[in-house]
Amino acid sequence: MSVLTFVENWDGKFKKLTFELVSYAAKVAEMMNTTAVALSIGKVEPGELEKLGNYGVKKIIHIQNEELIILDNQAYTSVIADVVTNIEATVVVLANNNTGKAIAPRLSVRLHAGVGSGVSKLPLSIDPFVVYKKVYSGRAFADLTIKSPVRIITLAQNSFELIETPNEASVETIAFQVDPGMVRTVVKDVQKQSGKILLTDAEIVISGGRGMKSPDNWGPLVELADLLGGATACSRPVSDEGWRPHEEHTGQTGKIIAPNLYFAFGISGATQHIAGVSASKYIVAVNTDKDAPVFETAQYGIIGDAGKILPKLVEAVREIKSK
Amino acid sequence: MKLLICISNVPDTTTKVKFTDGLKKLDETGIQWVINPWDELSLTRALDLKDDVANGIDRITVAHVGLVGSEPTIRKALAIGADDAIRINAVPEDAYFVASQLAEVIKNDPYDIILCGIESSDFNGSTVGGMLAEFLGIPSVSAVSSLKLENGEAFLTREIDGGKESVSMTVPFVAIVQKGIAKEPRIPSMRGIMMARSKPINVIEPAAIEPLTGILQYEMPKPRAACKFVDPENPSELITLLQNEAKII
Ligand SMILES: Cc1cc2nc3c(=O)[nH]c(=O)nc-3n(C[C@H](O)[C@H](O)[C@H](O)COP(=O)(O)OP(=O)(O)OC[C@H]3O[C@@H](n4cnc5c(N)ncnc54)[C@H](O)[C@@H]3O)c2cc1C
Ligand SMILES: Nc1ncnc2c1ncn2[C@@H]1O[C@H](COP(=O)(O)O)[C@@H](O)[C@H]1O
Repeated sequence: MSVLTFVENWDGKFKKLTFELVSYAAKVAEMMNTTAVALSIGKVEPGELEKLGNYGVKKIIHIQNEELIILDNQAYTSVIADVVTNIEATVVVLANNNTGKAIAPRLSVRLHAGVGSGVSKLPLSIDPFVVYKKVYSGRAFADLTIKSPVRIITLAQNSFELIETPNEASVETIAFQVDPGMVRTVVKDVQKQSGKILLTDAEIVISGGRGMKSPDNWGPLVELADLLGGATACSRPVSDEGWRPHEEHTGQTGKIIAPNLYFAFGISGATQHIAGVSASKYIVAVNTDKDAPVFETAQYGIIGDAGKILPKLVEAVREIKSK
Repeated sequence: MKLLICISNVPDTTTKVKFTDGLKKLDETGIQWVINPWDELSLTRALDLKDDVANGIDRITVAHVGLVGSEPTIRKALAIGADDAIRINAVPEDAYFVASQLAEVIKNDPYDIILCGIESSDFNGSTVGGMLAEFLGIPSVSAVSSLKLENGEAFLTREIDGGKESVSMTVPFVAIVQKGIAKEPRIPSMRGIMMARSKPINVIEPAAIEPLTGILQYEMPKPRAACKFVDPENPSELITLLQNEAKII
């Protein structure tokens, strides 16, 4: 018995999300009186694998076949399923990001293992195995029981604290036999967003809606994001209008995020928008309409014109940052 | 070429959800049921592709696992333009159950491209599409934001963490679609609504399959603290509160 977590790398590096997964897997293992193992596929920079040990895994399995550079759902599923069987893992933890969402369901069928996706807490109980997951786009949660002997969890990003438990983890590099023809995805072109903090990784997000009035008014909003080390976002009509890029659209049909702090400037707070941001720890709203629904979810609010208030907030932040 | 669009029947996205039966069941009073937003968009994309005869799409079928109560949703998909429908007559117990029921039917009557949504707005599972592909032993491409066809080959854009990838695929495969796949969902026309009445809904009895998960009970989110308002004449007070009270910046 053991708990396995699959850790993805980004250009050879891990990020906070990885350490959240590892911390989570280690805690679940502790609840089950067993150990956590991390599986890394692909090339990583020297020293990266060792970092995983700081968050409680006892063993790291590393597979670095050339064929596995491309994320092919079927190929990755085969590799992970093989490792699960080999180490007799009974819980598999993946991230609830694009990669996790692509692999978890395939793995589920391969291993006849039930999936709890978008989980935001430790299991409520181990026997029976019960996880806490979001349903109805954040308007409710469910206690979901997974009845199969092997269970798959996809963990929501930014929902679990890092837990440092330094220990020496052993690293085992193994070769995996990849069948020719197994990798069916042909990647023609990759466009990466570089240099910017990813919206899904950001701890502070500054977002604007139609109440910003014009794409020309985004300057101070971007400045506020830069000063706070955050990312920028927007409501759907704003991206539909082409005021801001599509990657910034948050909500039910856009990005679902869980930053520590979310600023909503000129956003009414429609259910579909809130669905993407309701897991934020704090929500701050600036809106001219005191009855805007966004104030029902916000902890701090200003009833006023975003165009006038934003520059003043930029000033105030600049002041505290200069101290 | 034959396309299959898997549709799920969900409460309208503005529904204020409530539960009954000791938080064990959704309170369905007053709920307006709709096609899951993603599925409406994938159907729209499929129809756009079919409109171009060069793509050689003969038929667009919608498939749904659900009881007779979801037929209005299926009819709507037919009114939007699907040619026919399959309804597997069972309560959609969990994603594994739904995907395996769909797979049973598709194995006997294969499709070239199967479209699923990235998530259903009720269960938020993001799992049916991938499971279905694995049951069928065919590739899946997830987080697909564009789908084009050329000489029987498919070209897709998929979102990866922090970027996009263009990939090509030969059929059959499952595409799991998200934002971008179509702009606005097609609205049924009067003619479409009339025609939908006579389009076939093929009702199939379910196979014996055990779900792997079950919902024990629902929980409502913890109410958030009431909003604290800051004087619009003095916005810097907000920054002070975020720094000293919330300790978040
Ligand atoms: C199936 C479906 C899915 C959807 N998915 C999403 C989604 O993922 N994300 C999303 O955002 N929306 C989504 N929507 C749309 C959603 O219902 C709302 O229409 C949208 O969120 C509104 O955007 P908004 O708040 O920017 O604009 P509006 O609703 O126009 O609100 C503008 C706000 O700005 C305020 N305002 C005006 N002037 C000022 C000023 N000078 N200073 C400050 N405030 C001002 C107004 O009081 C108002 O509250 C979806 C809709 C559907 C049907
Ligand atoms: N009951 C169902 N019948 C047919 N397709 C479904 C059903 N439930 C979910 N799906 C498909 O699976 C997608 C993702 O659903 P989920 O995995 O539940 O988030 C949906 O967008 C549909 O395409």
